[in-house]
Amino acid sequence: MLELSWLLIAIPLAGAALLLVWGKGADRFGHLIATAASAAAFVLGLIMFVELIGRGADDRSVTTSLGTWFEAGRFHVEFAFTFDQLSSLFVLLITGVGTLIHVYSIGYMAHDARRRRFFAYLNLFVAAMLTLVLAADYLVLFLGWEGVGLASFLLIGFWQHKETAAAAANKAFIMNRVGDLGMVIALMTMFATFGTTSIAAVNGAIDSASGSTATALGLLLLVGACGKSAQVPLQAWLLDAMEGPTPVSALIHAATMVTAGVYLVVRSAGIYDASEIARTVVVIVGLVTLLVGAWIGCAKDDIKKVLAGSTMSQIGYMMLAAGLGPAGYAFAIFHLLTHGFFKANMFLGAGSVMHAMDDDVDMRHYGALRRAMPITFVTFGLGYLAIIGFPGMSGFFSKDKIIEAALGYNTWIGLAAMIGAGVTAFYMTRLMMMTFFGEKRWRDEVHPHESPSVMTIPLIVLAAASVLGGALYLGGWITDWLEPIAGHAEHPHLPVPVIVVQLGVMAVVALGVAAGVWLYRRDVPDRAAADADVSIVTRAGRHEIYTNEVNGALVVLPVRYLTRLLVWLDARGIDGTVTGTADRIGEASQQLRRTQTGYVRSYALGIFGGALLVVLGLLAVTLA
Amino acid sequence: MTEYITLSFLLFTIGAVGVLVRRNAIVVFMCVELMLNATNLAFVSFARQHGNLDGQTAAFFVMVVAAAEVVIGLAIIVSIYRTRRSTSVDEANLLKA
Repeated sequence: MLELSWLLIAIPLAGAALLLVWGKGADRFGHLIATAASAAAFVLGLIMFVELIGRGADDRSVTTSLGTWFEAGRFHVEFAFTFDQLSSLFVLLITGVGTLIHVYSIGYMAHDARRRRFFAYLNLFVAAMLTLVLAADYLVLFLGWEGVGLASFLLIGFWQHKETAAAAANKAFIMNRVGDLGMVIALMTMFATFGTTSIAAVNGAIDSASGSTATALGLLLLVGACGKSAQVPLQAWLLDAMEGPTPVSALIHAATMVTAGVYLVVRSAGIYDASEIARTVVVIVGLVTLLVGAWIGCAKDDIKKVLAGSTMSQIGYMMLAAGLGPAGYAFAIFHLLTHGFFKANMFLGAGSVMHAMDDDVDMRHYGALRRAMPITFVTFGLGYLAIIGFPGMSGFFSKDKIIEAALGYNTWIGLAAMIGAGVTAFYMTRLMMMTFFGEKRWRDEVHPHESPSVMTIPLIVLAAASVLGGALYLGGWITDWLEPIAGHAEHPHLPVPVIVVQLGVMAVVALGVAAGVWLYRRDVPDRAAADADVSIVTRAGRHEIYTNEVNGALVVLPVRYLTRLLVWLDARGIDGTVTGTADRIGEASQQLRRTQTGYVRSYALGIFGGALLVVLGLLAVTLA
Repeated sequence: MTEYITLSFLLFTIGAVGVLVRRNAIVVFMCVELMLNATNLAFVSFARQHGNLDGQTAAFFVMVVAAAEVVIGLAIIVSIYRTRRSTSVDEANLLKA
């Protein structure tokens, strides 16, 4: 069965093609086909995963080639897929969470006229994401990488009639181009150095290359990862990406696509193990993003943007862990999986809330929703407990492990990660308080109601996964499972006993929760009042720490002037030369045509004059 | 000998000036004939001086051309006169740009 990894991709791809080609005829049942395709991929992935578990520890990587993709000179790309410990986990996450989100979308998009198209794009995304994680060659990976970028673009801009959505889609696409440039240069570097882009070959041969090559490759891949995973400095697109339908935010911009950068770093473990510098930069990027994301999450009033800031922050944790090398790879993936559960759960919960509130996203208009929507409240609450790291929940294990590993790497980085956990607890508590507790602040025409069961069942399943996801760490299963790929993880040498660290994290989290409850225990002021009197820190957070302004001033404005200059040069310089020449010739002809008087006698004079000149010329030549 | 050439030169000049200054198409036409005959005179004179027949042969050719030209030219003038009721060369200026 393990040779069937291509089928995992083919099923959702066929679903997408079918829905797009079939056209309006499939409007009534298209969503069912798409959901079935995603579910079929999940079942196949599960069967393959079980078979993989049944194999011996050193026999768990199966590479299947579909043949040569292309060949040019000594460049040879095999269209091959690897099903191994790492990609199998991703396959289950993508198809599992993906299927739940398909089901949820049936309800969420029920009244959208373009629902079939939406499901086609979702299937396309699943296929592209599976290509990304199953690829055995960086170039095939890049195919999936661009595929998810395309699907993300199509889905962010799904409500393209909204100008903000169209702009957000463009922003995401263009910012990702910056990251992709890094990827492309990395691919070229691999080819120039090793003559191949096969993942196994490159990571295996990295020791034969110079240290600076490894560093360059690591940094270039990190640029790509930053773009896709919304890490500083390429993070600005993620908050705007919330313009897309909420299931899209849950699937693409929380659970799967944005974690592709973490996957890339872990998959390229060989490269990062060979370069201390690249790993340090990954740690710094992760740490900065972790804090920036949490900062933004504290200040936003838009429920989806709080969750987006939180996603950035949590991916920052994963990046941080991935930058720690073998000590952190497995925990990065562990946190990635648990985050995939609880963040998808919370995004879908937010979608359920929005559904009830007539698509209002401003938390200042919520309040006291726990009685109106009990199922959403309970499932969201479980996701909340998971993300803040309530003992026993999945996030507790995964985040704790990252903080421990970070502390073992560097005390200050560990402490910063710990503070991040506290801030996470604060902003999530704020979200809970503003949404589900307090007085109701609904506008009069809104009548909140619980969502239909097609939406609540995925919420319940994901909530269960958020609670139980920590089981992956039972007996150190996930570290053992990933050891062949991530390398052996030494237990971090901590300055204090592990239990102290865990208690410390819990104390910080408790502090964050307490602050959130205390500050938002009373009624929340309305938007205008809230805007009038805020500290500079809050103001910066609301403006996403002015990154859009910085990007605008540093990149957009110069590029805009450059294009204006180029347009001017094109119009005045190049076009000007061409049209100018034509104009001059035209003007000269206007002058010349005046010599055509139409009078026979003037023509005759011309002939005589000419003849005279010829005769004189002949005479001059003869006599000379 | 010089007298013939001088006469030829005078006739040619009269013809050329006539073409350039006269407006009546018939007169212009006659002046063209005058120039042709001036060249004929020059041909014949030079043939006589050099004692061979080349010049005389050329004169015959010119006469043939002149005859053909008269036929076509007069036909054009007549047809222009029929349509425009005028033989002035300055009034037939439709080719003016």
